[in-house]
Amino acid sequence: MATLKEVELKIKGVKKTQKITKAMNMVAASKLRGAQEKMEAFRPYAAKFADVLSSLAERAGGDEENAPALLVPRAEVKNIDVVLMSSDRGLCGSFNSNLIGKFDKYMKEKAAEGIEIRLICIGKKGRDYFRRRKVSIVGEHLGVVGARFGFNVAINAGRGLIDGFLEGETDEVQMIYSSFVSMSRQTPIIQQLLPITSVEQAQDAPEKEDTGYIAEHICEPSVEELMAEMLPKQVYVQIYKGLLETSTSEHASRMAAMDNATKNCKEMVESLTLAYNKARQAGITADLMDIVGGAEALKG
Amino acid sequence: MAGNIMLEVVTPDKAVVSEEAQIVVAPGEYGEFGVLIGHTSFLTTLKIGMLRYKDSGGAERIVFVNGGFAEVLPDKVTILAESADRRRDIDMDRAKAALKRAEERLAEVSRREDFNFRRAEIALQRAVTRIKIGEARRGTA
Repeated sequence: MATLKEVELKIKGVKKTQKITKAMNMVAASKLRGAQEKMEAFRPYAAKFADVLSSLAERAGGDEENAPALLVPRAEVKNIDVVLMSSDRGLCGSFNSNLIGKFDKYMKEKAAEGIEIRLICIGKKGRDYFRRRKVSIVGEHLGVVGARFGFNVAINAGRGLIDGFLEGETDEVQMIYSSFVSMSRQTPIIQQLLPITSVEQAQDAPEKEDTGYIAEHICEPSVEELMAEMLPKQVYVQIYKGLLETSTSEHASRMAAMDNATKNCKEMVESLTLAYNKARQAGITADLMDIVGGAEALKG
Repeated sequence: MAGNIMLEVVTPDKAVVSEEAQIVVAPGEYGEFGVLIGHTSFLTTLKIGMLRYKDSGGAERIVFVNGGFAEVLPDKVTILAESADRRRDIDMDRAKAALKRAEERLAEVSRREDFNFRRAEIALQRAVTRIKIGEARRGTA
Protein backbone atom coordinates (compact mmCIF):
# COMPACT_ATOMS: atom_id res chain seq x y z
CA MET A 1 0.00 0.00 0.00
CA ALA A 2 1.46 3.31 -1.11
CA THR A 3 1.81 5.93 1.51
CA LEU A 4 0.18 9.32 1.15
CA LYS A 5 3.49 11.05 0.46
CA GLU A 6 4.38 8.62 -2.30
CA VAL A 7 1.08 9.04 -4.10
CA GLU A 8 1.32 12.80 -3.83
CA LEU A 9 4.76 12.81 -5.42
CA LYS A 10 3.58 10.55 -8.18
CA ILE A 11 0.68 12.87 -8.99
CA LYS A 12 3.04 15.82 -9.19
CA GLY A 13 5.34 13.92 -11.50
CA VAL A 14 2.58 12.86 -13.85
CA LYS A 15 1.25 16.40 -14.01
CA LYS A 16 4.66 17.64 -15.06
CA THR A 17 4.86 15.00 -17.77
CA GLN A 18 1.46 16.07 -18.96
CA LYS A 19 2.67 19.64 -19.33
CA ILE A 20 5.58 18.50 -21.47
CA THR A 21 3.49 16.28 -23.73
CA LYS A 22 0.97 19.07 -24.13
CA ALA A 23 3.70 21.47 -25.18
CA MET A 24 5.16 18.95 -27.61
CA ASN A 25 1.74 18.45 -29.07
CA MET A 26 1.41 22.14 -29.73
CA VAL A 27 4.89 22.44 -31.22
CA ALA A 28 4.15 19.51 -33.53
CA ALA A 29 0.86 21.12 -34.54
CA SER A 30 2.54 24.33 -35.59
CA LYS A 31 5.31 22.50 -37.44
CA LEU A 32 2.68 20.39 -39.13
CA ARG A 33 1.01 23.50 -40.44
CA GLY A 34 4.28 24.70 -41.91
CA ALA A 35 4.96 21.33 -43.51
CA GLN A 36 1.50 21.19 -45.00
CA GLU A 37 1.89 24.63 -46.49
CA LYS A 38 5.14 23.56 -48.05
CA MET A 39 3.45 20.54 -49.56
CA GLU A 40 0.72 22.76 -50.89
CA ALA A 41 3.28 25.15 -52.40
CA PHE A 42 5.04 22.32 -54.19
CA ARG A 43 1.92 21.02 -55.88
CA PRO A 44 1.76 23.48 -58.82
CA TYR A 45 5.38 22.79 -59.68
CA ALA A 46 4.96 19.03 -59.49
CA ALA A 47 1.78 19.10 -61.54
CA LYS A 48 3.27 21.25 -64.26
CA PHE A 49 6.43 19.22 -64.31
CA ALA A 50 4.51 15.99 -64.71
CA ASP A 51 2.48 17.56 -67.46
CA VAL A 52 5.48 18.64 -69.49
CA LEU A 53 7.40 15.44 -68.90
CA SER A 54 4.58 13.14 -69.87
CA SER A 55 3.95 15.02 -73.08
CA LEU A 56 7.65 14.86 -73.88
CA ALA A 57 7.71 11.17 -73.13
CA GLU A 58 4.80 10.66 -75.45
CA ARG A 59 6.72 12.27 -78.25
CA ALA A 60 9.98 10.56 -77.51
CA GLY A 61 8.21 7.24 -77.07
CA GLY A 62 8.33 4.56 -79.71
CA ASP A 63 12.03 4.96 -80.10
CA GLU A 64 12.83 1.98 -77.91
CA GLU A 65 16.43 1.56 -79.02
CA ASN A 66 17.63 5.01 -78.12
CA ALA A 67 15.57 5.40 -74.96
CA PRO A 68 17.50 7.26 -72.24
CA ALA A 69 19.34 4.96 -69.86
CA LEU A 70 17.33 6.21 -66.90
CA LEU A 71 14.20 4.71 -68.40
CA VAL A 72 15.49 1.27 -69.35
CA PRO A 73 14.90 -1.56 -66.89
CA ARG A 74 17.85 -3.88 -66.42
CA ALA A 75 17.49 -7.38 -67.78
CA GLU A 76 18.87 -8.82 -64.58
CA VAL A 77 18.45 -7.14 -61.23
CA LYS A 78 21.22 -8.05 -58.81
CA ASN A 79 21.62 -4.96 -56.68
CA ILE A 80 18.99 -2.62 -55.39
CA ASP A 81 19.52 0.64 -53.61
CA VAL A 82 16.77 1.60 -51.24
CA VAL A 83 16.23 5.11 -49.94
CA LEU A 84 14.63 4.87 -46.54
CA MET A 85 13.12 7.97 -45.05
CA SER A 86 12.54 8.21 -41.34
CA SER A 87 12.55 10.91 -38.73
CA ASP A 88 15.56 12.20 -36.84
CA ARG A 89 13.72 12.32 -33.57
CA GLY A 90 11.54 9.93 -31.67
CA LEU A 91 8.35 10.28 -29.65
CA CYS A 92 6.17 10.04 -32.70
CA GLY A 93 4.27 6.85 -32.14
CA SER A 94 4.65 4.02 -34.60
CA PHE A 95 5.85 6.34 -37.36
CA ASN A 96 9.42 5.06 -37.58
CA SER A 97 8.66 1.45 -36.82
CA ASN A 98 6.16 1.39 -39.69
CA LEU A 99 8.77 2.64 -42.12
CA ILE A 100 11.46 0.38 -40.75
CA GLY A 101 9.09 -2.58 -40.86
CA LYS A 102 8.31 -1.87 -44.48
CA PHE A 103 11.98 -1.93 -45.38
CA ASP A 104 12.68 -5.00 -43.28
CA LYS A 105 10.00 -6.94 -45.09
CA TYR A 106 11.17 -5.73 -48.47
CA MET A 107 14.75 -6.63 -47.68
CA LYS A 108 13.80 -10.16 -46.61
CA GLU A 109 11.78 -10.71 -49.78
CA LYS A 110 14.63 -9.55 -51.95
CA ALA A 111 17.24 -11.45 -49.99
CA ALA A 112 15.26 -14.62 -50.66
CA GLU A 113 15.65 -13.88 -54.36
CA GLY A 114 19.38 -13.42 -53.89
CA ILE A 115 19.38 -9.70 -54.48
CA GLU A 116 21.86 -7.47 -52.69
CA ILE A 117 20.32 -4.51 -50.96
CA ARG A 118 22.10 -1.31 -50.09
CA LEU A 119 20.53 1.31 -47.95
CA ILE A 120 20.55 5.07 -48.17
CA CYS A 121 19.09 6.57 -45.04
CA ILE A 122 17.43 9.91 -44.89
CA GLY A 123 16.74 10.33 -41.21
CA LYS A 124 18.52 9.19 -38.11
CA LYS A 125 16.10 6.66 -36.70
CA GLY A 126 16.22 4.37 -39.71
CA ARG A 127 19.98 4.65 -39.89
CA ASP A 128 20.50 3.82 -36.22
CA TYR A 129 18.22 0.81 -36.44
CA PHE A 130 19.89 -0.75 -39.44
CA ARG A 131 23.42 0.18 -38.49
CA ARG A 132 22.99 -1.97 -35.42
CA ARG A 133 21.79 -4.77 -37.66
CA LYS A 134 24.75 -4.58 -40.01
CA VAL A 135 22.86 -3.67 -43.15
CA SER A 136 25.16 -2.02 -45.64
CA ILE A 137 24.40 1.68 -45.52
CA VAL A 138 25.99 3.56 -48.37
CA GLY A 139 24.63 7.00 -47.78
CA GLU A 140 22.96 9.05 -45.12
CA HIS A 141 21.36 12.45 -44.96
CA LEU A 142 20.52 13.65 -41.48
CA GLY A 143 18.79 16.75 -40.27
CA VAL A 144 16.40 16.83 -43.19
CA VAL A 145 13.10 15.18 -42.38
CA GLY A 146 11.03 17.26 -40.03
CA ALA A 147 13.31 20.28 -40.35
CA ARG A 148 13.51 23.05 -42.87
CA PHE A 149 14.98 21.83 -46.10
CA GLY A 150 15.11 23.01 -49.66
CA PHE A 151 15.01 21.43 -53.05
CA ASN A 152 18.81 21.05 -53.09
CA VAL A 153 18.60 18.27 -50.54
CA ALA A 154 16.64 16.25 -53.05
CA ILE A 155 19.12 17.14 -55.76
CA ASN A 156 22.10 16.10 -53.68
CA ALA A 157 20.53 12.82 -52.69
CA GLY A 158 19.24 12.16 -56.18
CA ARG A 159 22.50 12.86 -57.94
CA GLY A 160 24.26 10.12 -56.03
CA LEU A 161 21.51 7.66 -56.83
CA ILE A 162 21.56 8.46 -60.52
CA ASP A 163 25.34 8.15 -60.70
CA GLY A 164 25.19 4.79 -58.98
CA PHE A 165 22.56 3.61 -61.39
CA LEU A 166 24.32 4.82 -64.51
CA GLU A 167 27.65 3.37 -63.44
CA GLY A 168 26.01 0.01 -62.95
CA GLU A 169 26.60 -0.21 -59.20
CA THR A 170 22.93 -0.76 -58.77
CA ASP A 171 20.17 -1.99 -61.05
CA GLU A 172 17.19 -0.45 -59.35
CA VAL A 173 16.48 2.29 -56.86
CA GLN A 174 13.47 2.20 -54.59
CA MET A 175 12.29 4.77 -52.12
CA ILE A 176 10.37 4.15 -48.92
CA TYR A 177 8.56 7.14 -47.55
CA SER A 178 5.55 7.87 -45.45
CA SER A 179 2.57 9.05 -47.40
CA PHE A 180 0.45 11.65 -45.70
CA VAL A 181 -3.06 10.33 -46.25
CA SER A 182 -4.80 12.31 -43.57
CA MET A 183 -4.18 13.71 -40.12
CA SER A 184 -4.86 10.34 -38.59
CA ARG A 185 -3.41 8.11 -41.27
CA GLN A 186 0.12 7.93 -42.62
CA THR A 187 1.09 4.90 -44.63
CA PRO A 188 4.56 3.77 -45.58
CA ILE A 189 4.85 3.53 -49.35
CA ILE A 190 7.47 1.97 -51.52
CA GLN A 191 8.07 3.61 -54.84
CA GLN A 192 10.48 2.93 -57.66
CA LEU A 193 12.78 5.83 -58.45
CA LEU A 194 15.04 4.22 -61.04
CA PRO A 195 14.68 3.14 -63.72
CA ILE A 196 11.93 5.69 -64.09
CA THR A 197 8.75 3.76 -64.64
CA SER A 198 6.25 4.91 -67.17
CA VAL A 199 6.32 8.63 -66.63
CA GLU A 200 2.59 9.14 -66.75
CA GLN A 201 1.98 6.56 -64.07
CA ALA A 202 4.61 7.88 -61.74
CA GLN A 203 2.52 10.95 -61.03
CA ASP A 204 -0.68 10.91 -59.10
CA ALA A 205 -3.27 12.39 -61.40
CA PRO A 206 -1.47 15.20 -63.17
CA GLU A 207 -3.72 17.92 -64.45
CA LYS A 208 -4.86 16.70 -67.81
CA GLU A 209 -6.84 19.74 -68.79
CA ASP A 210 -5.40 20.80 -72.10
CA THR A 211 -2.82 18.36 -73.32
CA GLY A 212 -4.04 18.43 -76.92
CA TYR A 213 -1.77 21.25 -77.97
CA ILE A 214 1.43 19.69 -76.85
CA ALA A 215 1.87 17.49 -79.88
CA GLU A 216 2.77 20.57 -81.88
CA HIS A 217 5.36 21.97 -79.49
CA ILE A 218 8.58 23.10 -81.00
CA CYS A 219 11.35 21.83 -78.81
CA GLU A 220 14.60 23.59 -78.32
CA PRO A 221 17.04 21.85 -77.97
CA SER A 222 15.75 18.52 -79.32
CA VAL A 223 13.21 16.33 -77.56
CA GLU A 224 16.00 13.94 -76.60
CA GLU A 225 18.08 16.67 -75.02
CA LEU A 226 15.12 18.02 -73.15
CA MET A 227 14.38 14.55 -71.87
CA ALA A 228 17.98 14.17 -70.76
CA GLU A 229 17.58 17.39 -68.78
CA MET A 230 14.25 16.52 -67.31
CA LEU A 231 14.64 12.88 -66.34
CA PRO A 232 17.10 13.46 -63.51
CA LYS A 233 14.84 16.24 -62.32
CA GLN A 234 11.97 13.80 -62.28
CA VAL A 235 13.97 11.81 -59.73
CA TYR A 236 14.62 14.92 -57.65
CA VAL A 237 10.96 15.87 -57.80
CA GLN A 238 9.98 12.43 -56.56
CA ILE A 239 12.48 12.53 -53.72
CA TYR A 240 11.42 16.02 -52.74
CA LYS A 241 7.81 14.95 -52.71
CA GLY A 242 8.74 11.97 -50.55
CA LEU A 243 10.59 14.25 -48.16
CA LEU A 244 7.70 16.65 -47.88
CA GLU A 245 5.20 13.88 -47.27
CA THR A 246 7.43 12.16 -44.74
CA SER A 247 8.00 15.39 -42.84
CA THR A 248 4.33 16.17 -42.73
CA SER A 249 3.57 12.63 -41.61
CA GLU A 250 6.17 12.83 -38.87
CA HIS A 251 4.62 15.93 -37.38
CA ALA A 252 1.09 14.57 -37.70
CA SER A 253 2.11 11.36 -36.07
CA ARG A 254 3.95 13.10 -33.25
CA MET A 255 0.96 15.31 -32.70
CA ALA A 256 -1.31 12.28 -32.37
CA ALA A 257 1.15 10.47 -30.11
CA MET A 258 1.49 13.47 -27.82
CA ASP A 259 -2.24 13.97 -27.75
CA ASN A 260 -2.63 10.40 -26.59
CA ALA A 261 0.08 10.79 -24.02
CA THR A 262 -1.61 13.89 -22.63
CA LYS A 263 -4.90 11.99 -22.35
CA ASN A 264 -3.20 9.10 -20.62
CA CYS A 265 -1.60 11.48 -18.16
CA LYS A 266 -4.98 12.93 -17.37
CA GLU A 267 -6.46 9.51 -16.72
CA MET A 268 -3.53 8.59 -14.55
CA VAL A 269 -3.84 11.75 -12.50
CA GLU A 270 -7.50 10.96 -11.96
CA SER A 271 -6.93 7.41 -10.79
CA LEU A 272 -4.00 8.47 -8.60
CA THR A 273 -6.09 11.20 -7.00
CA LEU A 274 -8.72 8.60 -6.21
CA ALA A 275 -6.08 6.37 -4.62
CA TYR A 276 -4.71 9.37 -2.73
CA ASN A 277 -8.13 10.28 -1.33
CA LYS A 278 -8.82 6.69 -0.36
CA ALA A 279 -5.51 6.43 1.47
CA ARG A 280 -6.14 9.73 3.20
CA GLN A 281 -9.62 8.60 4.31
CA ALA A 282 -8.23 5.29 5.52
CA GLY A 283 -5.67 7.19 7.58
CA ILE A 284 -8.31 9.37 9.18
CA THR A 285 -10.48 6.37 9.99
CA ALA A 286 -7.53 4.57 11.56
CA ASP A 287 -6.65 7.63 13.65
CA LEU A 288 -10.25 7.97 14.85
CA MET A 289 -10.33 4.30 15.82
CA ASP A 290 -7.17 4.84 17.86
CA ILE A 291 -8.62 7.83 19.67
CA VAL A 292 -11.91 6.11 20.36
CA GLY A 293 -10.07 2.96 21.51
CA GLY A 294 -7.80 5.00 23.80
CA ALA A 295 -10.73 6.86 25.34
CA GLU A 296 -12.58 3.57 25.98
CA ALA A 297 -9.51 2.10 27.65
CA LEU A 298 -9.13 5.12 29.98
CA LYS A 299 -12.79 4.95 30.93
CA GLY A 300 -12.67 1.22 31.71
CA MET B 1 -2.67 40.22 -82.01
CA ALA B 2 -3.28 42.51 -79.12
CA GLY B 3 -3.73 41.46 -75.52
CA ASN B 4 -1.77 40.16 -72.62
CA ILE B 5 -0.13 36.82 -72.11
CA MET B 6 -0.35 34.94 -68.83
CA LEU B 7 3.00 34.48 -67.12
CA GLU B 8 3.65 31.96 -64.40
CA VAL B 9 6.94 31.33 -62.68
CA VAL B 10 6.86 28.33 -60.37
CA THR B 11 9.54 26.87 -58.14
CA PRO B 12 9.32 23.90 -55.78
CA ASP B 13 8.85 26.33 -52.89
CA LYS B 14 6.30 28.72 -54.23
CA ALA B 15 4.67 30.36 -57.20
CA VAL B 16 6.91 33.38 -57.70
CA VAL B 17 4.95 35.17 -60.40
CA SER B 18 1.43 34.67 -61.61
CA GLU B 19 0.14 37.63 -63.57
CA GLU B 20 -0.60 38.99 -67.00
CA ALA B 21 2.19 40.48 -69.05
CA GLN B 22 2.38 42.46 -72.25
CA ILE B 23 5.68 40.90 -73.23
CA VAL B 24 7.99 38.33 -71.72
CA VAL B 25 11.71 38.04 -72.47
CA ALA B 26 13.39 34.90 -71.14
CA PRO B 27 16.99 33.60 -71.16
CA GLY B 28 16.70 30.52 -73.36
CA GLU B 29 19.44 27.96 -73.75
CA TYR B 30 20.10 29.24 -77.28
CA GLY B 31 19.72 32.91 -76.50
CA GLU B 32 17.15 35.28 -75.19
CA PHE B 33 13.71 35.06 -76.67
CA GLY B 34 10.74 37.36 -76.49
CA VAL B 35 7.16 36.17 -76.29
CA LEU B 36 4.01 38.04 -77.16
CA ILE B 37 0.51 36.69 -77.14
CA GLY B 38 -0.14 34.26 -79.97
CA HIS B 39 3.37 32.83 -79.95
CA THR B 40 3.82 29.33 -81.38
CA SER B 41 3.94 26.78 -78.60
CA PHE B 42 7.38 25.63 -77.73
CA LEU B 43 9.43 24.16 -74.99
CA THR B 44 12.98 25.05 -74.06
CA THR B 45 15.54 24.89 -71.31
CA LEU B 46 16.67 28.10 -69.70
CA LYS B 47 20.03 29.41 -68.63
CA ILE B 48 20.74 31.12 -65.35
CA GLY B 49 19.76 34.65 -66.11
CA MET B 50 17.13 37.29 -65.96
CA LEU B 51 13.57 37.04 -67.05
CA ARG B 52 12.06 40.37 -68.01
CA TYR B 53 8.44 41.18 -68.58
CA LYS B 54 6.12 44.14 -68.79
CA ASP B 55 3.14 43.79 -66.52
CA SER B 56 -0.34 44.79 -67.61
CA GLY B 57 0.36 48.37 -66.55
CA GLY B 58 3.47 48.53 -68.71
CA ALA B 59 5.98 48.59 -65.86
CA GLU B 60 9.08 46.53 -66.43
CA ARG B 61 9.69 43.68 -64.00
CA ILE B 62 12.78 41.59 -63.62
CA VAL B 63 13.02 38.10 -62.13
CA PHE B 64 16.13 36.08 -61.51
CA VAL B 65 15.77 32.48 -62.76
CA ASN B 66 18.09 29.68 -61.84
CA GLY B 67 17.84 27.59 -65.00
CA GLY B 68 14.87 25.36 -65.58
CA PHE B 69 12.36 25.18 -68.41
CA ALA B 70 9.93 27.38 -70.18
CA GLU B 71 6.78 26.14 -71.77
CA VAL B 72 5.28 28.65 -74.17
CA LEU B 73 1.68 28.39 -75.30
CA PRO B 74 -0.18 30.94 -77.41
CA ASP B 75 -1.75 32.48 -74.32
CA LYS B 76 0.52 31.41 -71.51
CA VAL B 77 4.16 31.15 -70.51
CA THR B 78 5.11 28.80 -67.71
CA ILE B 79 8.59 28.87 -66.24
CA LEU B 80 9.67 25.93 -64.11
CA ALA B 81 12.82 26.86 -62.24
CA GLU B 82 14.61 25.34 -59.29
CA SER B 83 14.67 28.77 -57.78
CA ALA B 84 13.64 32.24 -58.81
CA ASP B 85 13.49 35.64 -57.15
CA ARG B 86 11.80 38.84 -58.08
CA ARG B 87 14.30 41.66 -58.08
CA ARG B 88 12.94 43.18 -54.89
CA ASP B 89 13.32 39.82 -53.14
CA ILE B 90 16.96 39.37 -53.99
CA ASP B 91 19.07 39.27 -50.87
CA MET B 92 22.13 41.27 -51.90
CA ASP B 93 24.17 40.38 -48.85
CA ARG B 94 23.58 36.73 -49.40
CA ALA B 95 24.39 37.00 -53.08
CA LYS B 96 27.61 38.83 -52.31
CA ALA B 97 28.58 36.23 -49.74
CA ALA B 98 27.84 33.51 -52.29
CA LEU B 99 29.98 35.31 -54.83
CA LYS B 100 32.88 35.45 -52.43
CA ARG B 101 32.50 31.79 -51.55
CA ALA B 102 32.37 30.77 -55.18
CA GLU B 103 35.46 32.82 -56.02
CA GLU B 104 37.41 31.29 -53.17
CA ARG B 105 36.40 27.83 -54.23
CA LEU B 106 37.35 28.47 -57.81
CA ALA B 107 40.76 29.62 -56.67
CA GLU B 108 41.23 26.42 -54.69
CA VAL B 109 39.91 23.86 -57.12
CA SER B 110 42.08 23.04 -60.05
CA ARG B 111 40.54 22.36 -63.39
CA ARG B 112 41.28 18.67 -63.13
CA GLU B 113 38.59 18.12 -60.57
CA ASP B 114 36.06 19.22 -63.08
CA PHE B 115 32.94 18.28 -61.11
CA ASN B 116 33.62 20.67 -58.25
CA PHE B 117 34.91 23.21 -60.67
CA ARG B 118 31.66 23.12 -62.60
CA ARG B 119 29.67 23.50 -59.43
CA ALA B 120 31.65 26.47 -58.25
CA GLU B 121 31.38 27.99 -61.68
CA ILE B 122 27.62 27.64 -61.68
CA ALA B 123 27.43 29.09 -58.18
CA LEU B 124 29.53 32.00 -59.33
CA GLN B 125 27.29 32.58 -62.30
CA ARG B 126 24.22 32.53 -60.09
CA ALA B 127 25.71 35.02 -57.67
CA VAL B 128 26.90 37.37 -60.41
CA THR B 129 23.53 37.33 -62.13
CA ARG B 130 21.69 37.96 -58.89
CA ILE B 131 23.91 40.89 -58.05
CA LYS B 132 23.61 42.30 -61.53
CA ILE B 133 19.84 42.18 -61.35
CA GLY B 134 19.78 43.52 -57.84
CA GLU B 135 21.93 46.50 -58.71
CA ALA B 136 20.30 47.43 -61.99
CA ARG B 137 18.02 50.35 -61.39
CA ARG B 138 17.29 49.73 -57.75
CA GLY B 139 13.99 50.88 -56.43
CA THR B 140 11.79 49.43 -59.11
CA ALA B 141 10.82 45.82 -58.84
